[in-house]
Amino acid sequence: MSSVAATEETAAHGHHPHSEDRLALLKAVPFWSTDHKVIGIQFLLTTMFMMMVGGSLALGVRWQLAFPWENMPILGYLFSGAAGGGQISPEFYTMLFTMHATVMIFLVIIPVLAGAFGNFLIPLMIGADDMAFPLLNALSYWVMWPAIFCFGASFVFNEGLWNNGLAGSIAAGPASGWTSYPALSAISSAAPGSGTAQFWWLMGVTMVGVSSMMGSVNYMTTIINMRAPGMTMMRLPVFTWMTLIVSFLIILAFPAITIALVELMFDRTYGTNFYDFLEGGKPHLWQHLFWIFGHPEVYILILPAMGIVSEIIPVFSRKPLFGYGLIVFSGAIIGFMGFAVWSHHMFTTGMGIVATSAFSILTMLIAIPTGIKIFNWIGTMWGGRIRFETPMLFALGFITMFMVGGFTGIMHSSVPIDAQHQDSYFVVAHFHYVLIGGALFGLFAGFYFWLPKLTGKMLNEKLGKFVFTLMFIGFNVTFFPMHYLGMIGQPRRTHSYNEGHGFETWNQIATIGAFILGVGILIGVYQFVTAFFNKKLKDAGKNPWDARTLEWTLSSPVKEYNFARTPIIKSRDQAWENNYGPKENHSDKVPLDDHGVHMPDRSWYPLVSGLGFLGLVLGLLFHQSVDANTGEILRDYTYAIAGGSIAIFGIIMWSLEGPAGYHLFPKETEE
Amino acid sequence: MKWFWCLFFAFWPIVAIALCWVSPSLGWWFPSEAASPLGRRIDDLFYMILLITSVTFVGTQVALAYALFRGASDTEPEADAKKAWYSHGSHELEVIWSIVPAFVLLFIALYQLDVWAEYRVKDAFPRDKMEAVFESINQKRSETDSLALAEVTARQFEWRIRYPGFNEDGSLKPLMADPQPTDLYAVNDLHLPASAPVMINLRTMDVQHSFFLPDLRIKQDAVPGLVIPIWFEAERQQSYQLLCAELCGWGHYKMNARFVAESDEGFIEYLRQLEREQNEDRVDEVPETDAE
Amino acid sequence: MSEASAHALEHHEPETSTGIPNKKVLMWAFLGSDCMFFGTLISTHLIYRKISATVGGNFLDIRDVFDIELTSFSTFILLASSLFMALAVSAIHKGNLSSTRWMLFGTIIFGAIFLACQVYEFTHFVHAPGNELTLSSYRGEPHVFGSTFYVLTGTHGTHVAIGVFWLVGWFVYSFTGKMSTADALDIECCGLYWHFVDIVWILIFPVVYLMEYAF
Repeated sequence: MSSVAATEETAAHGHHPHSEDRLALLKAVPFWSTDHKVIGIQFLLTTMFMMMVGGSLALGVRWQLAFPWENMPILGYLFSGAAGGGQISPEFYTMLFTMHATVMIFLVIIPVLAGAFGNFLIPLMIGADDMAFPLLNALSYWVMWPAIFCFGASFVFNEGLWNNGLAGSIAAGPASGWTSYPALSAISSAAPGSGTAQFWWLMGVTMVGVSSMMGSVNYMTTIINMRAPGMTMMRLPVFTWMTLIVSFLIILAFPAITIALVELMFDRTYGTNFYDFLEGGKPHLWQHLFWIFGHPEVYILILPAMGIVSEIIPVFSRKPLFGYGLIVFSGAIIGFMGFAVWSHHMFTTGMGIVATSAFSILTMLIAIPTGIKIFNWIGTMWGGRIRFETPMLFALGFITMFMVGGFTGIMHSSVPIDAQHQDSYFVVAHFHYVLIGGALFGLFAGFYFWLPKLTGKMLNEKLGKFVFTLMFIGFNVTFFPMHYLGMIGQPRRTHSYNEGHGFETWNQIATIGAFILGVGILIGVYQFVTAFFNKKLKDAGKNPWDARTLEWTLSSPVKEYNFARTPIIKSRDQAWENNYGPKENHSDKVPLDDHGVHMPDRSWYPLVSGLGFLGLVLGLLFHQSVDANTGEILRDYTYAIAGGSIAIFGIIMWSLEGPAGYHLFPKETEE
Repeated sequence: MKWFWCLFFAFWPIVAIALCWVSPSLGWWFPSEAASPLGRRIDDLFYMILLITSVTFVGTQVALAYALFRGASDTEPEADAKKAWYSHGSHELEVIWSIVPAFVLLFIALYQLDVWAEYRVKDAFPRDKMEAVFESINQKRSETDSLALAEVTARQFEWRIRYPGFNEDGSLKPLMADPQPTDLYAVNDLHLPASAPVMINLRTMDVQHSFFLPDLRIKQDAVPGLVIPIWFEAERQQSYQLLCAELCGWGHYKMNARFVAESDEGFIEYLRQLEREQNEDRVDEVPETDAE
Repeated sequence: MSEASAHALEHHEPETSTGIPNKKVLMWAFLGSDCMFFGTLISTHLIYRKISATVGGNFLDIRDVFDIELTSFSTFILLASSLFMALAVSAIHKGNLSSTRWMLFGTIIFGAIFLACQVYEFTHFVHAPGNELTLSSYRGEPHVFGSTFYVLTGTHGTHVAIGVFWLVGWFVYSFTGKMSTADALDIECCGLYWHFVDIVWILIFPVVYLMEYAF
């Protein structure tokens, strides 16, 4: 719609839109938008949907563990595989936990923290009108869909489909865990899900990596290069700093797993010997490469959430952040050291003395910057005026839960203790405390805090507090007992257990907690999604929380052009200083420009390129077949070449489009 | 309402600590008291870390709860409200709460190396005690023979055990790297002498598995292509759980086996039993026929 | 379209906080990420090269396969192509379109020669009588060296091919009459990419080839 208005205004000023577009109406659909706010919403809706999928998979896991030898009501007959009988088959179960982890990590937490929050907030927090590369931004979103397609296809297009129909294919989904260790993931016959399904999984993870890397170079360039005048690095909000650090982590960590995946795919398709021990390869290599990615990955998951908490606590304590410089610095240290601790996932594999000791010591030391953050947050609250609104509740929950997770982490950073904990439920408890208690609670805190800015509506506060209570109680009831289960000795990734070990009670209690947690999350997501449509919600106004950072100087929802006039920043926490600070700290504005605000054009060439890459990838996946008579391997690259050509075409057309764009001319008082 | 939330956040950590306090007596703790001296040292290490982290957790939560109590403000009208105490930070505090945790963590990190080295570092293997075991079970061996008494091979989805056989004179042979005609085999049933350090060689036939004895606090991954020595000492003569602790396929959950720690005589008797079964010609069992 | 480029000239590059244009920062970030790609591949190769020295007790000498003269020649060619690239970037900054065009052409030719040498090398290695090095075997015995060698140098070759393709695009564009100093930034980014690919080869050549003759 606004592009139509822009045309009128620009025509009045004697300019014409740069691209004569006969398909302007189609392009007006937000689907093809390159506006960072719209792309943020796209990421948000997609990841919330994927969270429902990942959560359902988890509930399947929990149900099976609560009643391991009984039939699952209603859905049981669907999932019992060839054996029938209504019980979840072991094959199906291995798929459940594999895909739960994969979906939650790759399709929910990374895209929502970086893609949704990062996209929406970064330009607003630094005083920019959009990201450095709006089209690349759109592409990073659209490349998610090939990834989702690959993961979905892994459930359907596999050997199970051809042998047993749909129920069989779901049971033959990827089944090597999200860590996908060879030889289980390398040998097609090693597990039902190790055939075609595993290949789909490998492609899906590669695509997610491409999407994340594209987004990250964009965030880095934007934060480094597009700050408003006066916005020095040390005046940046902590969330922006954390996103910058995470962007570095993403572009340096994802290559490691991409290469590991490529090597595994080559092993499976072309017979290379990277991980094949019979031919001279080393399965350990995968573990190293995976965890060189995997450990920075978990810091990628938590640092933005820490950034969110660092924004929320000062607002609801009405005090500036205690030790801003050190919080930023400790975030950088955590990111940096995150590359130095990967082998603590491999303590039981039999590495040498030097390696094991070094990694153990470094892992313990990484607790120090984390502790610094927690102490600083408490220091922020100390002597402040605390308001217990929903964002603050989630932030407080974060602090408590993350501490518990952190302490159990210290326990198994000690190698002898890790021998007992590794691959037991103790580890499951640990990482869910830091991932749910940490990342998810931080995420929900961010949603309740910033959705008013995004949608212009305040979320229902009473319902929000109820969601928090449900989630907090449900989460602890689910995962605290897992510490005990781990100590008693229940291994993880097991479909069932024998009687007599004492696992039943706690498993059933954990399942009840899981359902409570699920209900809480469901209500929360309902609130987030309906905030866009619900007419009964109160208007938010510019700054409903009396918050501190730059985005709160804008109207809610934020106008298409973000800042009518680029602000000149005079201090940190600019919105707060404008309201309460001395005159010399108030922000200025760059004089109104005849030129107007330059908006990037929409384009569908990113989507065309993305689809082309998907075609290329699928073509490479399915390029070979075996001749039924001679047993010869036939290779056919037609589809790969076709897909590659479309991708190249899309890129060429994209580069020929030129800078383009159109202008908007907001009035002086409009913001 | 504010008090509700202050109490809420203070309540849960208290519940957590209380649960941990009572859980050992309720059986929600380690599967049993560690059945090996090394296992007890590992447990002590765990308790030490648990104590340090609990103290830190309680301390931090108390500080958090206190800050919340003092600052809770929603009952006061805005105009009369006390202003928040303005502070950007405190360098002294930052230094203190960086240095102190660093010392504590370094202490833990270095202290635990000792325990770990004892069971993982080859030079620290208790050779003398192992050799004493070889003496008492009458194994004829030379200096270069393997210290292992059994080879455990993991496969989807069972544990295959290979023991050395007996010599003509009744003494036990040493375990050879390659299978020998006299070797004795068992599945899912590992027997070894108790009350002394014993060693096994761990291998896998197909994918990665992990040899896990929860009661002895021993875990070691089995990696394709490698033969990994593991030593442990079971104090009590009983049957222990042996579990697989690395996802190996759909049957990972059912790779349970047992490890029985026997007296020296019991161990030799067990091997003799395996030998008898292997050499049994079952002639007595052949049903009678009419043929003469 | 010409209207667009006229407007493009009017649109000065937006002011950036660091003074470096956004596209350049993007290229540097991408190259940093690419370093990790090659770093991982090179580490894999280094891990495996000593382990794969013997198979079945027999010492297998990769030097019997390598044609170090050919590879040295192609290394020199790639280095020379970087010179042409630098000259092209310098030319476009000065607005000398004809010089830009032919320096780009020189880069393309030398890049193509490098690729041709590599293709020849690969086919030669796979079919060398008595010394076949394939993806999964060496002299018929299962081996890892071929896996790491071909994947590492093949990835580099793919990067070179993408660079050549990009340069061909610029070369064709230079005949359309639309090239101007406004494109200097983009050609400079292309130059950054090309120099990076060259530097990676300067790393790969000693680590993969020359090391076999020394250690």
